[in-house]
Amino acid sequence: MKVTILQFPGTNCEYDTQHAFEELGATTEILWHKSETIPEDTNLLVVAGGFSYGDYLRSGAIAKFSPVMKAVTTYAKNGGKVLGICNGFQVLTEAGLLPGALKRNESLHFISKHHNLKVINNDNIFLEKLDNGSVVNIPIAHHDGNYFIDADGLKELEANNQILLKYTDENGEIKNPNGSVESIAGVCNKEKNVFGLMPHPERAMESLLGSDDGVAMLQGFFK
Amino acid sequence: MIKAIVNISLKAGVLDSQGKAVHHALDSLHFSNVEDVRVGKQIILKLDTDDKDVAMKDVTKMCEELLANTVIEDYEIELV
Repeated sequence: MKVTILQFPGTNCEYDTQHAFEELGATTEILWHKSETIPEDTNLLVVAGGFSYGDYLRSGAIAKFSPVMKAVTTYAKNGGKVLGICNGFQVLTEAGLLPGALKRNESLHFISKHHNLKVINNDNIFLEKLDNGSVVNIPIAHHDGNYFIDADGLKELEANNQILLKYTDENGEIKNPNGSVESIAGVCNKEKNVFGLMPHPERAMESLLGSDDGVAMLQGFFK
Repeated sequence: MIKAIVNISLKAGVLDSQGKAVHHALDSLHFSNVEDVRVGKQIILKLDTDDKDVAMKDVTKMCEELLANTVIEDYEIELV
């Protein structure tokens, strides 16, 4: 299992992500955004969290024109598995690889805390180790995590089982921290090989540090 | 040289949290006749051309590709 982790100027979760996947037994490589190719032995490409290009203009807006993004798009279109976490999710929506957009949190505050999430659709490699309706506890840390999609787009997400996770309380009742449409925390593309979420599973790897619910999520990518 | 002024704002129907917060603050200052507030951004470009058609075409492309996220934002271009 080889995980390639993208690094833009301003990315700051690449080493956490690397540590998490190596703990699970993967080999990893951090790939600087100037690369025009993705290593051929890559089994999973992660767009890590942070503040690429200082979030200038909009979160993820500048990163989508980095040299590496053409290769990322080709990789995704050929069925390669891509996971965008937090700023990585924003980059993937800006690049058009995932539907919707991430707006400023409704409260306008940066939110950094553990939050419960309910698994909505597990018929995909990312969440297949979890049951639909089960609740996981994963940290969130974002300013622009307010997921928006128009009514037609939402219908399509629902029809294709593309909604991965929703923000809830510990009983799985909707509890929306940031104003996201339908309390959506993560989505995938129609083909179910590109995944994006605002919460940080790579920060939930040790119960001693608050939660190890991220393990089952990241393990989904191991075949 | 043509100057292009691009105004970008959230689409109607997309909740503008910043606008709402500013509206609330104006209320607190007793500006009670404010009906709605929308907060956007303005990008000013100096273009090395005198052809308005070319300028409009180029700036429209810039908006579609980078300056605005058309999933949530509208843009208006003014050439001066």
